[in-house]
Amino acid sequence: MGITIKTAPELEKMRAAGNLVGRLLVELSKRVKPGVSTKALDDFSRDFIESQGATPAFLGYHGYPASICASVNEQVVHGIPSVRPLAEGDIVGIDVGAVLNGFVGDAARTFAVGKVSEEAARLMAVTKESLNRGIAAATHNGHVQDIGAAVQAYAEAAGFSVVRDFVGHGIGRAMHEEPQIPNYGRRGLGPKLKAGMTLAIEPMVNAGVAAVDVLSDGWTVMTRDRRLSAHFEDTVIVTAGEPEIITRLD
Amino acid sequence: MAKEESIAVEGKIVEPLPNAMFKVELENGHQVLAHVSGKMRMHFIRILPGDKVTVELSPYDLTRGRITYRFK
Repeated sequence: MGITIKTAPELEKMRAAGNLVGRLLVELSKRVKPGVSTKALDDFSRDFIESQGATPAFLGYHGYPASICASVNEQVVHGIPSVRPLAEGDIVGIDVGAVLNGFVGDAARTFAVGKVSEEAARLMAVTKESLNRGIAAATHNGHVQDIGAAVQAYAEAAGFSVVRDFVGHGIGRAMHEEPQIPNYGRRGLGPKLKAGMTLAIEPMVNAGVAAVDVLSDGWTVMTRDRRLSAHFEDTVIVTAGEPEIITRLD
Repeated sequence: MAKEESIAVEGKIVEPLPNAMFKVELENGHQVLAHVSGKMRMHFIRILPGDKVTVELSPYDLTRGRITYRFK
C-alpha cells in the first residue's frame, strides 16, 4: 500500500478531526496541575471526545486500555494513565487521538506540572521547536527523511538525542498509514512527499541517551538511562506551499 | 500515538506452519517465523512455499515477523 493522497472532501474531514484533538489539548493544558491524576485527564478526554460525536482512537487499539497516553518524566510515549497524582516539577506528555466521521486526528503536547527544572524546560522547548522544524520540512516534492533530518539536526545541536524505535506516520482513515516517519535521517531520502498527504509528525527527544525500553505492561516506553523525555506531535497536510497544521490551536 | 518502527525485508516462504504461521527465509539467509497480516487474511491471499513475500520485522525481536505482501 502506497501513501494515500486525500481528496478535498477527505481533507475537510481530516481538518474536523484535527480541530477536535487540538481543542482537547487546549482543555487538557488548563487541567494539568499538581495533584491531578492522569486517569482523571483520561476520563475527561474520553468524555470530551464522545461529546463531540467522535470516538477515542487509542482505546482498544491493539488492546491499549485508555483514551490518551500520558507519559510522565522518563516515560517517552504510550504511558498508561494512572491514579497516581502528578507532582510539582513533573513533565507529562499527553498524546490524544480521535476518530470523527471516519478520519483520525492525532496530536501530543508535553506539559510542565507547576514549576519544572531548567533542564526539563529546555528539553520541552527544544522538542517543540524540533517539531516545528520537522513540519517546515514536509513540503510538496520533498522527501520523508527531510523531516527527520530537520528534527535530528535541531535536537542534537541542543545536546539531546532523538528516539529511533518509534516513528511518526501517515494518517487518515487509519491512525497508522504509510509512510513511517523517523525522527532522524538524511535529506533527500525516503518516499517523495506530495500535496494532499496527511502526516502525523512526532519527535520524541531524550535528555540523555536515545535508547528506550518497553515495560512489561507492553506499552510504556521509558528512556534506558531513566532521564527525561519529551514528545510533541501535530497532524499536518502537505500542500504546494507551507504545510497546514490541523491540530494546533494553542 | 507513535508507531513502533518496523523493518521491511524480502524473503521466500520455506514452509507453512499451523495457525497461519510461516517459516520464511530472508534475503540475508536468516530464517524467521512470520504470521500473515490481518489485511492479507481478510482478502484471502493464499501463500504457498516458494512465494516471494515482504516481511515486516519488529526491532525488538528479529526472529519474528509479519507478512505484509506477496509478490505475484
